[in-house]
Amino acid sequence: MHELSLCRSVFDIADRARNGRRVTAVHLQVGQLRQVVPDTLVYCWGLVTDDSPLAGSKLEIDHVPVVLDCADCSSRTTVAHSLVLVCAHCGGGSITLVSGEEFMVTSLDVEKEN
Amino acid sequence: MGRFHRHDDGTEHEHEHGHAHEHEHGHGHGHGHSEEHDLGDMTSYETGTERISVLERIFDENDRAAAANRATFDSHGIRCVNLMSSPGAGKTTLLVHTLTHLRDTGHRAAVIEGDIETSIDADRLQGLGAQISLLNTGDGFGGECHLDAPMIAKALGKLDLDDLDLLLVENVGNLVCPAEFDVGAHASAMVYAITEGEEKPLKYPVMFRSVDAVVINKMDLLPHLDFNLDLFRTNLHQVNPDAAVFELSARTGEGLAGWHEWLIDAATH
Repeated sequence: MHELSLCRSVFDIADRARNGRRVTAVHLQVGQLRQVVPDTLVYCWGLVTDDSPLAGSKLEIDHVPVVLDCADCSSRTTVAHSLVLVCAHCGGGSITLVSGEEFMVTSLDVEKEN
Repeated sequence: MGRFHRHDDGTEHEHEHGHAHEHEHGHGHGHGHSEEHDLGDMTSYETGTERISVLERIFDENDRAAAANRATFDSHGIRCVNLMSSPGAGKTTLLVHTLTHLRDTGHRAAVIEGDIETSIDADRLQGLGAQISLLNTGDGFGGECHLDAPMIAKALGKLDLDDLDLLLVENVGNLVCPAEFDVGAHASAMVYAITEGEEKPLKYPVMFRSVDAVVINKMDLLPHLDFNLDLFRTNLHQVNPDAAVFELSARTGEGLAGWHEWLIDAATH
């Protein structure tokens, strides 16, 4: 629901980082616990970049799974079903998140300078 | 063979050996300009791309604004609690009781009232001794579904911070977006109504995980509903075992004491 404002933040970061160069793709890391709808994000990216120096650039989303450390059994497990945050090994709830909350612009693809 | 190297500005390039590169390019490009005019002779133009490392968190800007808000609160001795819920869960009705209680117990309170449109909720909270700052997110903020830290910073301008102990942020009714945005609060709570169903903590774990307290509202309706309170509490415990939980009815005023105690505790620590 807030994909539009997130796209504005992504735009600001990418526009600063591109250093005046033409961007073909913006790479994001999005953890599964982030409540963004990838298709909506891509749609909003089109709206936000329209008529801007980033027009035509693609938003490439790298999804990061939810990984938990369990305090009860010391296992590190990947949660297949991200809604229930319990240890996939012992079912315990004393967990620490290792990954799954990422939300980052990792890199840009820019056209080579001659 | 490519050669990989990193520049001081964090950019990384891979160049062919022997490829002369002129890295210096102007920083004076005007905003909103396409770069095509800078490319000059298109006949020598190569279509290859290279990757620049960025590694910047998308919430950094909001988080910086939230930290600034928190510093403002701390310098004025103000505690701030972010109150969230789905639409219609009873935040405003609860606040009518809570503001009255805070006034009667000598706590100076204020509410930042977030709504996409209208001042209906803000109007309901007038005359209870609290300062009210209305933020219509449809008015200049693009109809946002949440309050973020820069909006709170703007709303603070309408409050007398020297005459304030506890600031309550009544967020936009929504179980998704508000949980993602730190507004600078010291604690957060949500109001959940038993009419919403037992499965909500599992469907909206990010929201239920993000709060320090959960108010279970509309308990007066329990005899009329097929609501399994134990199942709800089990589901809540699964996503947030540490949350303080208060069962109450904002309509009848029953069960408010524990909530008010938690809030005043949050306000004074």
